[in-house]
Amino acid sequence: MSAFLALVRRDLTLAARIGGGGFLSLLFFLVVVALVPFALGPDLNLLSRIGPAILWLAAVMATLIGLDRLFQADEEDGSLDVMLGAPLPLELAVLAKILAHWITTGLPLALCVPLFGLLVALSPEGMVAVAVTLLAGTPGLTAIGAVGAALTATMRRGGLILAVIVAPLMVPTLIFGVSAANAALGGTVPFATPLAILAAISLTSLVVAVFAGAAALRGGE
Amino acid sequence: MTAAGLAASFWNLANPTRFLALSGRVLPWLAGLAALVTAIGLYMAFFTAPPDYQQGDTVRIMFIHVPSAWLALFLYAIMSASALGTLVWRHPLADVSQKAAAPIGAAFTLLCLVTGALWGKPMWGTYWVWDARLTSVFVLFLIYCGIIALWRSIDDPGRAARAVAILTLVGFVNIPIVKFSVDWWNTLHQPASVFRLDGPAIHPTILTPLLVMAVGLSLAAVALHLSGMRTEILNRRIRTLTILQADHPAEGGI
Repeated sequence: MSAFLALVRRDLTLAARIGGGGFLSLLFFLVVVALVPFALGPDLNLLSRIGPAILWLAAVMATLIGLDRLFQADEEDGSLDVMLGAPLPLELAVLAKILAHWITTGLPLALCVPLFGLLVALSPEGMVAVAVTLLAGTPGLTAIGAVGAALTATMRRGGLILAVIVAPLMVPTLIFGVSAANAALGGTVPFATPLAILAAISLTSLVVAVFAGAAALRGGE
Repeated sequence: MTAAGLAASFWNLANPTRFLALSGRVLPWLAGLAALVTAIGLYMAFFTAPPDYQQGDTVRIMFIHVPSAWLALFLYAIMSASALGTLVWRHPLADVSQKAAAPIGAAFTLLCLVTGALWGKPMWGTYWVWDARLTSVFVLFLIYCGIIALWRSIDDPGRAARAVAILTLVGFVNIPIVKFSVDWWNTLHQPASVFRLDGPAIHPTILTPLLVMAVGLSLAAVALHLSGMRTEILNRRIRTLTILQADHPAEGGI
């Protein structure tokens, strides 16, 4: 357990240091949300109607952008070899990496939604709803992305291929994330149903990702 | 034959050289049979099957469209079974089978999408609607493309096979979830506006050509798969020989 926590702490420290880029994805999220009104026009009614969709799309893109270095940096400086040989099971090491990455990307995104929601004129209930759906859904996004990151760890230019192979697998998370947020803003379905399915998808993705990611890292040697 | 004998013959077949010899003998017959059955199926589709009372002659697109959709899923199943073979038994033929199935599956998925679009134009008035079935096939096509892209971005064949096998199996788990979530999404966004084939049972005059076409195209898919596997085995031999030659330039005679 202490090795697991040490790995999480190491990744968080690395992300917070210069060059770690820990909060870059938050900045990227903000930039994407800011670009949308320039494309669609400043109509606040339209923006508040599609606000949850914008925030979710921005979250997917921010997750995709940040993921390519998840295992690549470890592969380059040799710490991946240490993880492969360590007594801590590789599956748990992958889980620790996913957790640390989520704390530096998914969690801040969800917490900052009340701020960014103002830009797309979300109502207060809408902001809470989007924040809750992002809290439930972003672990799944990070987990799915981690499989892609593990598969592309040894590639020099893995970023684009990572996005191509991972994005179709994120479709279910996106569907239920946005429909849960829309359900909270008033709709025919109750909020809890899509939220429960979203949480189920996230948990399933975590289980699959931990084993698939570890297998990918072993296979990459 | 005993179980052990059966297993032994399976492993014999799994030897790439024996596979090349056997598939070389089977392939012409298989390809000929596929062409024959597909020709009969096409004849029935165009001349014996009646036009639909609502859709007229455009219903004949179905005889290509529906088998393509089946084969798109069937080839993904072949790819997933081969992926298991790669990961569990580390079998080189499984690698080869995986790699050969991907472009064929992608081609049938694309064929399904294109015929669907051509059928949709006269029926729904537009080439594309975000209908649940179309959307899930579209996502399947994107997954196929991702798999092919991953094959093309890792140069060592063994490592590429293991990476793709993991992606294929993750996709295998994900495809039913995609199907389910797209159905949910579709009922939220637009009411069912699309005609379905689920009313009365399909009349035999339509069902028979459909089944014949399905058999013909499945045979064609298997023939293409075998031929793709043979090409890939030969490609790997060329690759190995090239590497050997590069290691020993003097013996290579250059």
